[in-house]
Amino acid sequence: MPRLATYVGLVDHAEQVLAESLRTVAEAQAKHPDIHFMCETLAKMSDAHREELAPVVERYGEDDASEPERLHAAGLGEARTGPLGLLRDLQDLHVLAHLVLSSWTVIRQGAQGLRDRELLEVAEASAAETRRQIAWLQTRMKVAAPQALIVSP
Amino acid sequence: MDRIADIWGAPTPHARGTVWPVRVDQHLHEGVAEADVEQWVQSACLLCSNGCGVDIAVKDGRMVGVRGRAGDVVNHGRLGPKGLYGSTPWASAPDRLTRPLVRDGDRLVETDWETAMGRVVQESKRLLDKAGPLTHAFYTSGQLFLEEYFALATIGKAGLGTPHMDGNTRLCTATAAAAMKESFGADGQPGSYTDIEHCDAIFLYGHNMAETQTVLWSRVLDRTRGDDPPRVVCVDPRRTPVAREAERTGGVHLAPKVGTNLALVNCLAREVFANGWVDEEWVAAHTLGREELWETVSSYDPERVAGICGVDADDLRRAARIFGESGAVLSTVLQGFYQSHQATASSVAVNNLHLLRGMIGRPGCGILQMNGQPTAQNNRECGADGDLPGFRNWDNPKHIDELARLWNVDPLTIPHWAPPTHAMEIFDHAEAGSIEWLWVSATNPAVSMPESGRIRRILAQESLFVVVQDLFLTETAQLADVVLPAAGWGEKTGTFTNVNRTVHLSEDAVRPPGEARSDLEIFLMYARAMGFTDKDGAPLAAWETPEEVFDAWREASRGRPVDYSGLTYAMLRGGSGIPWPVNESAPHGTDRLYADAQFPSDTEVCETYGHDLLTGAEVTEEEHRAMAPGGRAFLKGAEYSAPHEEPSDEYPLLYTTGRTAYQFHTRTKTGRARSLQKAAPAAWVELSVDDARQLGVAEGDVVRVESPRGSIEVPARVGEVMPGAVFAPFHYGSWEPEQGATAGAGPGQANELTMAVWDPVSKQPYFKTAACRVTKVRDGAGPSPAPTTTASRPAADAGTAGRRSVPQTAGGDATSSTLVDDPPRFPLDPAQDGDH
Ligand code: SF4
Repeated sequence: MPRLATYVGLVDHAEQVLAESLRTVAEAQAKHPDIHFMCETLAKMSDAHREELAPVVERYGEDDASEPERLHAAGLGEARTGPLGLLRDLQDLHVLAHLVLSSWTVIRQGAQGLRDRELLEVAEASAAETRRQIAWLQTRMKVAAPQALIVSP
Repeated sequence: MDRIADIWGAPTPHARGTVWPVRVDQHLHEGVAEADVEQWVQSACLLCSNGCGVDIAVKDGRMVGVRGRAGDVVNHGRLGPKGLYGSTPWASAPDRLTRPLVRDGDRLVETDWETAMGRVVQESKRLLDKAGPLTHAFYTSGQLFLEEYFALATIGKAGLGTPHMDGNTRLCTATAAAAMKESFGADGQPGSYTDIEHCDAIFLYGHNMAETQTVLWSRVLDRTRGDDPPRVVCVDPRRTPVAREAERTGGVHLAPKVGTNLALVNCLAREVFANGWVDEEWVAAHTLGREELWETVSSYDPERVAGICGVDADDLRRAARIFGESGAVLSTVLQGFYQSHQATASSVAVNNLHLLRGMIGRPGCGILQMNGQPTAQNNRECGADGDLPGFRNWDNPKHIDELARLWNVDPLTIPHWAPPTHAMEIFDHAEAGSIEWLWVSATNPAVSMPESGRIRRILAQESLFVVVQDLFLTETAQLADVVLPAAGWGEKTGTFTNVNRTVHLSEDAVRPPGEARSDLEIFLMYARAMGFTDKDGAPLAAWETPEEVFDAWREASRGRPVDYSGLTYAMLRGGSGIPWPVNESAPHGTDRLYADAQFPSDTEVCETYGHDLLTGAEVTEEEHRAMAPGGRAFLKGAEYSAPHEEPSDEYPLLYTTGRTAYQFHTRTKTGRARSLQKAAPAAWVELSVDDARQLGVAEGDVVRVESPRGSIEVPARVGEVMPGAVFAPFHYGSWEPEQGATAGAGPGQANELTMAVWDPVSKQPYFKTAACRVTKVRDGAGPSPAPTTTASRPAADAGTAGRRSVPQTAGGDATSSTLVDDPPRFPLDPAQDGDH
C-alpha cells in the first residue's frame, strides 16, 4: 500500500495548494465580489475534503515518498492584476483543480482495489465537488475572456 | 374616496370559486368633471408589474385622469393609489425634457436632434473602428414597451453585435426568470391571477403584495374576507399587512432572519417529504431529481432551522402542514427572496414545493414568480437584457441560427460565447475602461443601483461616453454626455405584458411635449444613422411603426414557449388584455401554463441547460442531454450558506431596503403626483422598538445610518421591523419637487449603503443583506415622514420611543368607485366557465 499512501498524501497536498491559491485570488479580487466570495466558497470545499480525508491519512500513515514529487504543483503564489491577469489566474486555478481531480480518480481506483469503503466514499464525494469547482472556473473564464483579450485597456 | 387613506378601496368579498366582482375606480384631475372628458384611450397602468387595464381621460390634448377597465382580466376595473394618482400628472410637469441636450464642459446645453444624435453616432463609429462592438453597452429598463425592447435587441445583437445589454430588470426580476428556467427549462409564469379564486392557501415569500401590487392584494382580501377563505402564510422579516392577514386567517407569519430564506424553504420541503405529502406518482412521471433533493433537504428539520432562521419550530411545522394538506396552494415570490442571499436557490425551492405535490397547472395551484416593474417581462422575452429573444438559449447553436435567419445576419454577429453581460459587470467593465459607450434608457442607475456612489463615479468617468434617454433630467441624466428627451406612457403606442403573461396594448392618447420622441423612434433613428444592414445589404430594423415591430416579434416568438404568433393589435383593442401563449392551439390565449405537465425542458427546447445553484457554474449541453429531461421539470436543491456580510461589533445591525405603496422606482412619476408625494414625501428608516430604545432614538429623531460603503441621515420611524434590522425605502435620490435633481447623492439615498454582491445564478444584487450601524444625530422636529397605512406604520407598543403622536396618512384627492352589477364576461376565467 505504500504507493497509495503516497497518493493520499499527494491529494491532500494538492487540495491544500488549491485552497490556498483560491484564497490568494479571493483576496486579490476583493473588487470583484462574485470572484471574491466564490473563491472563498470553493476554498472551503477543498478544506472540507481534507477534513474528510484526515482519518484515512492517519490510517495509512504519512508517506512523504519523493517519487511522484514532480506532480506536486506549486501554488499560485501571488495574484496577477488587471483583466488579463485575472483570466490567467483563473486558468492556473483550473489546472490545479484538474490535478486534484485526477488524483482523486487514481485514489478511487486504488480504494476500489483495496475495498476501502471509507476512502472510496471520500474520493467520490470529493471528486464530485472538484468537478463543481472546475465547472465554475470554466464558466467564469468563458465570461471573462472576450473582454480581457479584445478590449481591456 | 381618499385612496391614500384607503389603499385597497371598498371590499367586495366573494366565495371560493366565484368570479371576482367588478368595481370601477376612477380619478380625474382637480377641476375636471367626467362630462369634460373628450376621449377615453385604452391602455394599462405602468406603475407596477400588475398591469391593470385602464382608460386614459383626455381633455384639450392633455391626460387628465384614468379609470379602470371593467372587463380587464387583471383588475376587473380596480386601480390602486399609484395608478389613480400617479399615472398622468407627470406628463404635464413643467420640467419635462422637451429638447435634446449635449454636454459643453460641465454644463448640458439644449440642441437639436441632428446634433445630439450626430454626437452619439460619431462616438459610436469611432469606437467601433477603434476596438469593435465590445466597447458598447446598453442599460435599459423595465418600463419601456415590448416593441422598444425588440428593436433594441435587434440593434444591439444583430446590428452592433455587443453582448453588453442589460436592464434594471436585473435588479427587480432576474431571479424570477432564473428560477423558472432552472425548474421548468424556460422562463414563463406558470400560474394565473385566477388562482386566487380557487386556492385553499396562499403563501407569500418575501412579497409584501399589499404594497407592491395593491390591486392584486385587493383581490386576495376579497377572498380572505369572503366565504370559504384561504389561509395566508407570510414569510417576511417585517410585520407587513400581509403578515397581519396571515395571523387573522389562521395562517402563519414566519419572520426569518435576513439572509436565511433557503434554510426555511428547505425545511418546508423536508416536512413535505417526511410527512408523506409528496405526490409520488406525479413526481415520478413529471420530474427529475427527487432523490437528490431529499438528500439535500433531509437535514433541515424544524429544530435546526428554527435556530438558523430565528423562528419558532412549531410555526415551521404549521406552515408546512398548511402546504402539505391544502388541496390547492398559490405561492408568490418577490424581492424579499429575489434581492436576498441565495436568491435563485430559495426561489427554486418554492417551485420544488409545488412540484413535489404536483400542484401546478390546475386552478388554484399557481406559482407566481413576481416582477417588480411593469414591463420587465417584455425585456426578458425580447432579449434587450441578459436574455435572447423568444427565450432562446445562447448556448444552443440551433437557437442562434434561428435568430440569425430571422434577422438575416451571420450567426457569428450575434454574441453567444457566454451569457449576455449582466448589469453589475457592465459597470465593472466601464470602470475598467473597456466599455466606453453606454446608453441608458428609462432608468436611473445613479439612484437605484447598489453602492450608488460608485455608480455615479463610473458614469462621470472621462473614459465613458454616456447617453441618457428619459422623461426628465434625472440624477443619471445630470452625468450624461447626451440627453435625449423621450415620450412617455400615453404619448406613444406599444404593448406590454404583466407578471402573469397578460399582454395589453397601450395607445397614444396625447402628443409628447416639444421635440420629445418615443423610445422606439429614437432607437430606430440611431439604427438608420449607423446604417446597420443585414447579410444582403438591406437595412436592419427598418421598421416605421410599433405595429410593424410587433409583427416581427410575433414571428420571432413563433413556436417558442413565449408564443405571440396568434396575437394582433386588433385583438387587443376594445376588450381585455390577453395572456400568452396565443397561437393556433390557443387562439384566445392561455390562463395558466403546464396544464398538461409538459415542461419546456427538452435539450432542444430549453432556454438554459441549467446551473449549479451554489456556484452558478453552467451545466453543459452533454450533461443536460444525458439527463434526458424530455418535458419533465427539475427538482433542484441547494445547501444553505451564511450571508456574505453579517452584523459585527462595528456594524451591529442588518440593513435592508424596499419600497412603499405610494412611490415607484426613483419617484420620477409618483414624486410628481401631489397626492402620492404628500403621502411619502421624504426618506426615513425604520427601527424596532428595542433598538430605538437602546439607541435613545424616539419617533422622528434624525439618525445617521452607516455601512462600510456610505451613509444617510434621515428621520427614524419606530416601527415594526424585527429587532436587529433597519429598513430603508429605496425611492429617494437627490431629486426634490420644484428643485430638480443634482448629480450628487440625496441625504436619504438608501443605495449609498448597499453592497455590490449578487446571486451566482441570476446575478441579481443582494439589496437586502448588508450590515450597518445607527447613531442619533439630533432630536426630530416632528414625526418621521413614513406612512402609517403600510408596513411602515408606527409600532403599537412603542412606549417612550414613540412619544410623538403620528398623524394618520391621508389627504389624497377624491376618487370614485362604482360597483358593476352586470359584469362583462371573462372568457378564460375558470370561475366564469364553471369548468372547475
Ligand atoms: S396595482 Fe400596479 S398596475 Fe394596478 S393600478 Fe396599482 S400601480 Fe397600477
